[in-house]
Amino acid sequence: MRIKILIRLKKQILEPQGKVIEQSLNNLGFEGLRNIRQGKLIELDLPENINQEEKDNIISSACKKLLVNEIIEEYEVLG
Amino acid sequence: MSFKSAVITFPGSNCDRDAITYLRDLTNNDVLNIWHDETFIPSVDLIILPGGFSFGDYLRSGAMASKSNIIPEVIKHANSGKFLLGICNGFQILSEIGLLKGALIQNNKLKFLGKDCFVKKKHENKFNKLIKKDQVLQIPVAHNEGNFYCSNDDLNYLNDEELIAFEYCMGSFSNSDANINGSINNIAGITNEGKNVLGMMPHPERAYQNFHTSMDGKSIIESLIT
Repeated sequence: MRIKILIRLKKQILEPQGKVIEQSLNNLGFEGLRNIRQGKLIELDLPENINQEEKDNIISSACKKLLVNEIIEEYEVLG
Repeated sequence: MSFKSAVITFPGSNCDRDAITYLRDLTNNDVLNIWHDETFIPSVDLIILPGGFSFGDYLRSGAMASKSNIIPEVIKHANSGKFLLGICNGFQILSEIGLLKGALIQNNKLKFLGKDCFVKKKHENKFNKLIKKDQVLQIPVAHNEGNFYCSNDDLNYLNDEELIAFEYCMGSFSNSDANINGSINNIAGITNEGKNVLGMMPHPERAYQNFHTSMDGKSIIESLIT
């Protein structure tokens, strides 16, 4: 089963790339676009034949151990 | 006394050789160079995690290196109270391991910074004891993710426990703000609770020979061996 994990910097943390993207879009005439934030998306295949609980455990453990730095980031599993 | 030291090399480290000559010249002793995939570090007084772009800075700076095979030995060394110094990418690795509070995020002005900067000591520890209060050190930085961030609780903790080793300050040719990268409270380097683990963004190993722009980086190793 393929899942997607969306990782973004926490709201209170400056995300400078989003600010620059916003400036560029504004320069292109997209003046109404605001508060742009860039994050990252990780896609992966889970092992076959695992139940929901095992699935949740694997994802949360992989995120905590490596994929996400919870001091600055938060994540969301997109299914 | 013979002071023993080691430098860990990760794939993508690029300041490991400079760190080795820095230690060799200032401690007058051979320096062990240990590959990240090793699982044993002989007993030494100081380990340096050098600067560079370990594992290409994939995922986050220092994230992959913090899970290397050698890291349990590095943690064991630190927990025994011996000295551990992370410079630049080494600081990022120490944060990712969790030996130091906070995290290093992208510089607030989005630029890679490669230039001399100015720092002074804030709280005293064994790494900076020979540096005088208000003495301004000129040491190069070379980083894209040097913007120190931590929660308010952690910041209070760093202040209360006096764990802020270095902060950026104005110097002879600063042209604007002392704070070069957006770090909270101008923080350039912090220690752990035991004050035996130091992470700092400036590169003291690039400021110790007479052909360098400054020799202020010597004071850190001299503090440790004195």
